Parts: sequence; structure tokens; C-alpha cells
Amino acid sequence: MGFRKHLEKYRPGIIDNWFKSIVATYPPEAKKLFSNQSDSFNNPVGSTTLKSLENVFDALLNEMAAAEIKKRLDPVIRIRAVQEFTPTQALYFILDLKRVVRDVLKKELKAKDHEIQKGLQAFESQIDILLFTGFEIYMGCREQIYSYKANHVKDRTLRLLKKANLLCEVPEVGTEIIPHNVYKNGGFDDTKT
Amino acid sequence: MDIKPEEMINIDNKPPQKSWMDVRPDLSKGRYCYPSQPKALEYLGMPNPREWSPADDDWKLPPNWQEIIHEGFKERLGKYRSLKVFMDTCVRCGACADKCHFFIGTGDPKNMPVLRAELLRSVYRNDFTTAGKILGKLAGARKLTKDVIKEWFSYFYQCTECRRCSVFCPYGIDTAEITMMARELLHLLGISIHWIMDPVSNCTRTGNHLGIQPQNFKEIIEFFCEDIEEITGVAIEPSFNRKGAEILFITPSGDAFADPGTYSFMGYLMLFEAIGLDYTLSTYASEGGNFGLFTSSDMMKKLNAKMYHEARRLGVKFIIGGECGHMWRVLHQYMDTMNGPADFLEVPKSPITGTVFENAKSTKMIHIAEFTADLIKHNKLKLDPSRNDHLKVTFHDSCNPSRAMGLLDEPRYVLQNVCNYFYEMPPNTIRENTFCCGSGSGLNTEEIMELRLRGGLPRANAVKHVHEKYGVNMLACVCAIDRAVLPPLMDYWVPGVGVTGLHELVGNALILDGEGERTMNLRMEDLPGAEGDDDDE
Repeated sequence: MGFRKHLEKYRPGIIDNWFKSIVATYPPEAKKLFSNQSDSFNNPVGSTTLKSLENVFDALLNEMAAAEIKKRLDPVIRIRAVQEFTPTQALYFILDLKRVVRDVLKKELKAKDHEIQKGLQAFESQIDILLFTGFEIYMGCREQIYSYKANHVKDRTLRLLKKANLLCEVPEVGTEIIPHNVYKNGGFDDTKT
Repeated sequence: MDIKPEEMINIDNKPPQKSWMDVRPDLSKGRYCYPSQPKALEYLGMPNPREWSPADDDWKLPPNWQEIIHEGFKERLGKYRSLKVFMDTCVRCGACADKCHFFIGTGDPKNMPVLRAELLRSVYRNDFTTAGKILGKLAGARKLTKDVIKEWFSYFYQCTECRRCSVFCPYGIDTAEITMMARELLHLLGISIHWIMDPVSNCTRTGNHLGIQPQNFKEIIEFFCEDIEEITGVAIEPSFNRKGAEILFITPSGDAFADPGTYSFMGYLMLFEAIGLDYTLSTYASEGGNFGLFTSSDMMKKLNAKMYHEARRLGVKFIIGGECGHMWRVLHQYMDTMNGPADFLEVPKSPITGTVFENAKSTKMIHIAEFTADLIKHNKLKLDPSRNDHLKVTFHDSCNPSRAMGLLDEPRYVLQNVCNYFYEMPPNTIRENTFCCGSGSGLNTEEIMELRLRGGLPRANAVKHVHEKYGVNMLACVCAIDRAVLPPLMDYWVPGVGVTGLHELVGNALILDGEGERTMNLRMEDLPGAEGDDDDE
């Protein structure tokens, strides 16, 4: 039996251990809540995380396209990017899949079957690439959050400039932040003509 | 730093396994709201104005800070029976634990309402109960230290006073009131946040949070009227500070200043025009919101007083209030006993339908959603809901109007009449069980954006569900803070969902006498299918 067949066979165990390991990064009280899958609306962190892990695992197993894998990995990272984790803590779960798979398939790997070893290697390379995908998503989330903060300051400044009458419309150019007393004629200095 | 490659992968990914009393609060940058400026505290005559930062080791507390807290606690226990009951009755059943959006989003156990309350309760036991005095930690008591003060600051500013937990508490413990008391105690030491104290100080001076002067307030509204005329062809001239008007209208200043609240303000103006209401706006009582609620009961009373004061000065019959969240908690639960009875006003009676609002018999102030719902019920508005046909709308119950005053069906009734596509989120996330936006009670500040995003996750998660299931692309609400904070929350968790006030949708559907054909909505965006719509070309 090829390595991927084993992954398929042990899918429930792998997902379960992978999920347990990610939930263990939260305090015990939260672990209890996040593990309870009875109502996804009362437990968005746990339900989204589990669903995301399942989807990512299936995507790896079926060697789906990079864009699809990114889409499936996004929800869990989007959550961890706003929780109080360091970047390493937020993303470590990706590499942890290697340990989980080696643990669950311990017996099969012991056999030192060449095909299985080759399959493991290929799967672990997929996980390495998954880490980079995760890094991209994480940075995207962080940049999004910074943009909210930056836009807040920009909007506030723009409002103040408007209030102080320091904005004017420049034909053909659009609205620029130019003091009125410099470009009183809509941006064209007619004293030169 | 000298780190070997193998140490790089040696990751400690596990949370600390200590008793909660031994875990110190993390107040590094990004995990706290900016503190208030000395200027604001001086203006308000509040204690210990100074420059300080929560990230500092030394918070520059007054030398007798322990005594101040002890005496302040004692005074409040004597003054408020509810506080005493809330301190004594909790049996730690845990019904509230997983109901708080901050706990659900963060997993931090100190965000479980039961444990957040324990932060205060432990000091109460130590100082005021015999068991606590004798048994100490065994009885869940602990001494007040500077770290406890820091912990209070951290966690009582991670509570939005939304009261979802209270819905599930078998004893009816109101965690919002516990947070209010903890914040009051912190204020005695000069510990407060900029985003609350600046609005409070502005409000004391100009009557609104943003410090808008009367002439600017008038200008802003006139600017809205110009836009309305451009969109509808109908000129509206509202009156300001007009004595003898029948009704005084008060809404949060956010509606005058921040999109998309501004479009709801335009909606109010159009509605009043459509029915020929005899009303006036006040440039003094120009704020419905009351950040005094997040400061102290005295401050709340002071800021609220201007409503009745202005109503009396102008000689109106009753007051209509706009779409706001915490404003309605103050009005519905405190105003009557704080600044009432308003016996100089009349029981609100709609001059258009004759409906008497018995529910506001005492406060003499009604919510615009109930007023509008009554107009629609009596067929007094000409509406074209198809103008909102490009929107698939869901409704977010803002915490205070839903849980603090029971305004549940009126906004829904209005929505169902002004738009054709309305979808509810799952039952355990709406009405009394609604999830908070994650930024209420003065936490709508950008320095804690991550906290707001994780606190708002349960709300966003339910929106995501209806977005995926029904294609919902608009989230309607009746709260100014919601309108300010839900747009980034949606952008992060559910891109493609916009945010609107209820009366923006009313304004769009409303047919005014003498209006021209509408080609734009109140945001001046082309209406789908209308002339000038780019998509049609």
C-alpha cells in the first residue's frame, strides 16, 4: 500500500491529533470550549480551525493547486493572526503536521519500505511549502490590520485638513493636499503668464 | 542574540499552567488602550491627572492608593445594593463562561465573565468578608497589589459591557455593572483611557463627543440637506434650537460626523420631511451617546441632563432619539431616576398616527425605530423597497437596544418594509443572544485593533454564515459605534459585506412628495438599473 493510501486510511487519527495539538496552544479553559464542536456559532475558533485543518489535509492529500490550498489554510491563520501569539506560535502548527503524521504512521514507517519513505519525503516537502503559504497568509492578515490603523490616522488627518480649508481641487489632477494660499487659482499660477 | 539553529525550532508552544492569581497581565504595546491626557482629567476635575503609560512599570499612583480603592469600594457597596449582591451571589456555575465574545475569540480565561468578576471579587473577599480575612487565598481572597490594579485595567477594558453573559446567568448577575464599578474605582486613581475621557470632556464643553461647535453642527446638517436635494430634488430646511417645536430630535454625533452614520442622518431628515413633522434639532443637546456611562454614574448623569434641560428650554412635547447603542441603556434604565421625572413633557404621541407610546410614559423619549415602524404600520409612508433590491440585508442587534431596552421587532419590521431581501443570522447570535461588535463601551480605538477583531469574531462568523448561504452583502444595525467599527470587522472576516444604518435604507426606499427620479442612493452611488449606472452601459 502506498504512503498516500496510509494517509487516507489514518485520516481521522491524523486530523484528530493535529487538531488536539493546535488546541493545546490555548489555556486549558479555552481548550474545553474550542474542542466542543456542537455549535459552530458558539465556538467559531474551534469549528473554523477544525474545518480548516480538515480541508488543508485533504488538499495536500489530493495534491490540489496552490491557490486552493491557500484558500483552505486562510481561515485558521486569519484567527491566529489576531490572537496573542508570536508569529512562530501562530504558524508552528503547520510544521507540527510532520510530527503528527510520523506519530500516527509509526508502525508503517518502521517497516522501512522504500516506497513509503519516498512518499513521506514528498509529503513533508509539501508541508514545507505549506509553511511558506502560511507565512504569506499571516503577513497578509497583519498588513490588513496595519492598514486599518494607518487609514484611521489618514482619514483623521484629511478631515482636519478639510476643516482648516487646506484642501483644494486641482483640475485634471484631482484633490491634492495643497494650501489654498499657494495655489489660489485651482493649481495654476497665472502670475507667470 | 546568539541562537543556535536547533534552538530556533525548539518552540515552547504551550500556555503557562499557573493559577490565575499568579499570571501577571501583559500590558505591552498593542494590548492596552491609550491612557487619558492630563488635560481632559483636569478639565473634568478628576483625580490624579498626569502623563503615564500602561506599559510603564510605575503608574504614578497617589501614595494612599490602597486606601482610596478600599474606601471607594466601601462607599459603592453601601450605595449600590446590586454590587453587594453581585459580589456575594456567584456560585461559579460557569453558565456565563463561554458566552463572552472576548473569551470565545481570545481563549484567555480571564475573559470568562465569571473570572473577570473574580478579579474584583477576590479583593472584595479580602477586604470585606470574614472568611476572606481569615482564610485568604483558600476562600478566594487576595490582597490588593499594584499588579491587581494593572490586571483590572487590562481586563475591565476587555469587556464591552454588552451583557450577553447576564442573559445566561441563573442569578441575573449583571457583569456590565461589575465592569462599571471596577472602572469607577480605577478612575479614583486617575486610571482611564483617552478614547473615553476625551469625548467626555468634549461633551461637557460642547454637548457632543467630537467637540463640534454649534455653528459647525449646523453646517454639517445643511451639507446633508444639499446632498439630499441633489439626490432627490427636494429641498429640506430643518430648524435648529427652535422654541415651540413639538418634538426634539437627538441622535449620536457619530451620525453627523462619520460615514456610514451620516447616511442615516440623511434618512432621518428625509423621513421627517416626508411626514411634515414639527421637530427641531439642538446644537447643544447634539449628542445622544453618553460616554459618562463608561466613566461613572455621576458623569453619566451630568452628560445625560442636557436632554431634559434642552427639551424644557425649547418647550417641546416629547423627544425622539436616533439610532444609538449605549445611549438607549442610559435612557431606558437610568435617565428617569437620574434626571427625571420629566413631568414638563407629555407622553409621546405620534402626531401622524395618534399612537400613544405607553412604553415611554415615564421617560417621554422614544426610539426612532419604533416611531418609524408605527408610521409604516399605519401606511403613512410611501416606500419603494425595490430601490434596495441590490442589497441582501441581515440585521445585527446592537447589544444595548436589544438587551437593555428590548427593541427587537421594530427594526426588523422596518427592514422588511424597506427592502425585499432580508435574512436572519442563526438564532443564538441575534435578538437577546446577540453577539457584540467587540468594540463597545469606549473600546472603539485603533490601537487595540487585534483585540477588537478577535472580540468581534463571533459576530462576524454569524454574518459569514448568511453571506455564504444567502449572499448577504449588507449588515444593518441601529448603533453609531457599530457603524464605525463593523466596516473593518467585516473587511477582515467577511469581505464583501457593507454596513448600514436602518434609516439609510429607509431614506433610500422613501418616496418624497415632489421628488425627481432617483438615480443615486444616499451614498451617491448609482442605483442599479437607473440611468447613469455604469453597469448598464
